Amino acid sequence: MAAEVMLMNEIEATAAQMGIDMNIDFSSIQLPPGENCGIISDDDDVYHDDQLEFDSGFGNVIVVDNLPVVPREKFEKLEGVIRKIYSQIGVIKEDGLWMPVDPETKKTLGYCFIEYNTPQEAELAKEKTHGYKLDRAHIFAVNMFDDFDKYMKVPDEWAPPEIKPYTPGENLQKWLADEKARDQFVIRAGTDTEVLWNDARQSKTEPVYKRTFWTESFVQWSPMGTYLATVHRQGAAVWGGANTFNRLMRYAHPQVKLIDFSPGEKFLVTYSSHEPSNPRDANRVVINIFDMRTGKVMRDFKGSADEFAVGGAGGVAGNSWPVFRWGGGKEDKYFAKLGKNMISVYETETFSLIDKKSLKVENVVDFSWSPTDPIIALFVPELGGGNQPARVSLVQMPGKEELRQKNLFSISDCKMYWQSNGDYLAVKADRYTKTKKSTYTGFELFRIKERDIPIEVLELDNKNDKIIAFAWEPKGHRFAVIHGDNPRPDVSFYSMRSTHNLGRVAKLTTLKGKQANALFWSPGGRFIVLAGLKGFNGQLEFFNVDELETMATAEHFMATDVEWDPTGRYVATSVTSVHEMENGFNIWSFNGRLLYRILKDHFFQFLWRPRPPSFLTPEKEEEIARNLKKYSKKYEAEDQDVSMLLSEQDREKRRMLKEEWEKWVSEWRRAQEEEKLERQKLRDGEASDEEEEYEAKEVEVEEVLDVSEEVLSFEE
Amino acid sequence: MRPILMKGHERPLTFLKYNRDGDLLFSCAKDHTPTIWFADNGERLGTYRGHNGAVWTCDVSRDSMRLITGSADQTVKLWNVQKGTQLYTFNFGSPARSVEFAIGDKLAVITTDPFMELTSAIHVKRIAGDSTEQTEESVLVIKGPQGRINRAVWGPLNRTIISAGEDAVIRIWDSETGKLLKESDKESGHKKTITSLTKAADGSHFLSGSLDKSAKLWDTRTLTLIKTYSTERPVNAVAMSPLLDHVVLGGGQDASAVTTTDHRAGKFEAKFYDKILQEEIGGVKGHFGPINALAFNPDGKSFSSGGEDGYMRLHHFDPDYFNIKI
Repeated sequence: MAAEVMLMNEIEATAAQMGIDMNIDFSSIQLPPGENCGIISDDDDVYHDDQLEFDSGFGNVIVVDNLPVVPREKFEKLEGVIRKIYSQIGVIKEDGLWMPVDPETKKTLGYCFIEYNTPQEAELAKEKTHGYKLDRAHIFAVNMFDDFDKYMKVPDEWAPPEIKPYTPGENLQKWLADEKARDQFVIRAGTDTEVLWNDARQSKTEPVYKRTFWTESFVQWSPMGTYLATVHRQGAAVWGGANTFNRLMRYAHPQVKLIDFSPGEKFLVTYSSHEPSNPRDANRVVINIFDMRTGKVMRDFKGSADEFAVGGAGGVAGNSWPVFRWGGGKEDKYFAKLGKNMISVYETETFSLIDKKSLKVENVVDFSWSPTDPIIALFVPELGGGNQPARVSLVQMPGKEELRQKNLFSISDCKMYWQSNGDYLAVKADRYTKTKKSTYTGFELFRIKERDIPIEVLELDNKNDKIIAFAWEPKGHRFAVIHGDNPRPDVSFYSMRSTHNLGRVAKLTTLKGKQANALFWSPGGRFIVLAGLKGFNGQLEFFNVDELETMATAEHFMATDVEWDPTGRYVATSVTSVHEMENGFNIWSFNGRLLYRILKDHFFQFLWRPRPPSFLTPEKEEEIARNLKKYSKKYEAEDQDVSMLLSEQDREKRRMLKEEWEKWVSEWRRAQEEEKLERQKLRDGEASDEEEEYEAKEVEVEEVLDVSEEVLSFEE
Repeated sequence: MRPILMKGHERPLTFLKYNRDGDLLFSCAKDHTPTIWFADNGERLGTYRGHNGAVWTCDVSRDSMRLITGSADQTVKLWNVQKGTQLYTFNFGSPARSVEFAIGDKLAVITTDPFMELTSAIHVKRIAGDSTEQTEESVLVIKGPQGRINRAVWGPLNRTIISAGEDAVIRIWDSETGKLLKESDKESGHKKTITSLTKAADGSHFLSGSLDKSAKLWDTRTLTLIKTYSTERPVNAVAMSPLLDHVVLGGGQDASAVTTTDHRAGKFEAKFYDKILQEEIGGVKGHFGPINALAFNPDGKSFSSGGEDGYMRLHHFDPDYFNIKI
């Protein structure tokens, strides 16, 4: 420290000699946007603990213990051996291997320090070589250098933990008790993230909370809307609260890329992928499962990306996200991962595999959970050139009994769609035609809740039609399919419960030649938005499936996303920054009336805040639906009041604006009047001013062009 | 009434100007030849031949005798409106972007682009009553703003010059000394290049349009922001009705991005806003491509627009227009 002070003095002295002003006004320095020059923002201080480790610079140092104690002659040989072992894992820094020697005996002390280029490499080395048997007597004990500090600080005496007084938590569900029964949504545009109320009655939004640089990549609601998750370099955080958004918990996970909530909001899964030091290796993947409320890591999974990339397609770097899929409904009882020739199913009581072993399924490529029950549907493709048929089977957890199985022949691909109540499963199977040159599509429909799970095969009227989209009616018995090859495909609706025959699937209707390529059912069922995104420039059709009639058609030019609010009352369509122009979102009523639109440049995300499932019994819900008139009276009166108030406010606002404008204008007139003479002078005394009434005068001008005399002979 | 489609230019339109009486319309385009039209029926009266580059701007004297044009050929020319002959040529080292006669037509303000090692500049020239006595020298040269200055106009009584351009700042200069008097606020002002600027008929306020998808109304004397009109597309041209409290914004994306967008987007409209309430009233479609120029007839009963598509459209308002109520 003394040396530094000296240095500073020297600099100041030199500066004084040269006449340089050393007093810098720091507030006058403006940093370029997006650059923080290593200065941590207010927000980051919460991660300070993690930051410190990097600051100390020992995060990449490991200590290897239990080495043989060797005399000086053997020193180099031992060093060579150690270097060989550890340079396989990562790049050891130059002079990064240091084996201390006892100055008296000239022997090594039995441990050494190794410094890697990155903390990731160090951690990997620790994991891989801890417990490494050099020989019988020497089993390596490897620790992170930083951990020593931590363990040294543990006091020798046990002190009883301090019992913190109980502070009642906030009501995290307060937003549900909104007086006007509005819904919230979050938007991300530019560097701002904002939570807003959708005040559809007044056709506008009402701000709840806004923060700049709230997240570093994206935000995500938890499945029941209790939390909003933000993602940072150091980990994920969740926010919520009664009236505003406070940070409720942090989950440390450096370089976290993806997050996933369990359906019941009990657990949070975080994922990161790190570049390996050796470019030939696959990326290293770290997955942590946190308990949401305590913030504790319940289990972590580490390994190379290959281990997590079996089956599935898309996602990040070949992995399909989420790697772990949650099952068993909102209880968060099980989660499963697809592996090579197996599905690993874990249960959350112990965070270990059910029966301590994975479910063995040869060549399984895909699986999915029923949304409500602990049932797994899995798909095994065709093998041996068609000798062994493809297969879809339903497996009950935790018993692992196969409930139903269906063999499928000449299959090229297969997709599974669960209905939201877990009542039905649709398997879309692409089959080769006889010539194997092209494929056609059929559906296998499973009725899960019925005895023996009957299966029905559905083929489209024109079975060569390509399937563009498929969607179940939420909580319902109907589904919609977009099919066809031409630029204007058809949309068909089917019901699993036809009027004549309850056990048969029946077509309700086909809409011909629609500009649609995506289906969005209302969460309450009955209504659906047929959307033509991307190539169709944002065509929207609001369709009532009960009445089989189109309620409205509209367009949100270039729309990229469509999302229903959780109550099924409103639809949000947005243009995100994949397009340069038109960024922003529109809010529509369920029947396709545009309520309001908001434009925002660099618009990234629009997410409705989900609602937890209703506590009302189906009987009660039905009763309310029956007596809707009685209940809605109160709200209709309120609506009317609001619209009255609104138009009153509007008039008032307009009157104010007009008045203000009049004031300006009279001010201007006065100034104009004062300058009138001077202006005339500038124009050499020409009187007329621009502001004088412009008048068009019609002037008739007669001009004598020519006069000629002609003598006309007079005839009799 | 059906708009009158005026074909006469082969390249995108750049500027439109009515004379004071509102019977003549002058148009500038990238095709080197400013053109004069009858403002009533859109009939072409004649052209002004002599420029050797895109013509960016023009202005006409109060008595409609003289026309001044600024071109990318690095000249500003004075013309006899009636005969179409060149009266004088000012030479600059860089393209001229905007010109305007002062009150009394004895001075003209000219802006030049940054070119080669030259920076952008605002020049004030004295315009002689008799063009044989016209001289080249400038009364005043103002340098300072970074980037192109897209528009410079005279303030009240020729005492100030208002300039705006690529740096998104509106500046008011003393026209005697060249001193900077006022600058628009960075917070409330435009965020991107200001493409156009037009004064109210009485010069008391002016409207600026910018690529930041907004137009703003300012007090000419105090440079106070009065109104903001937001739209969905970059604004290339603005105009104010002299008759009603309406403003018109025209625009569209960059010429380079036109081919990547569907014209059905319908955003190449001239958008009408209520000047006071800042609310959109309606739009006039027609151009295939962005609108580059807009001008209101001084009688407020018609307006014309010029597009990237090389066409001009002359619109006479229907009687309904004058009864619009919000």
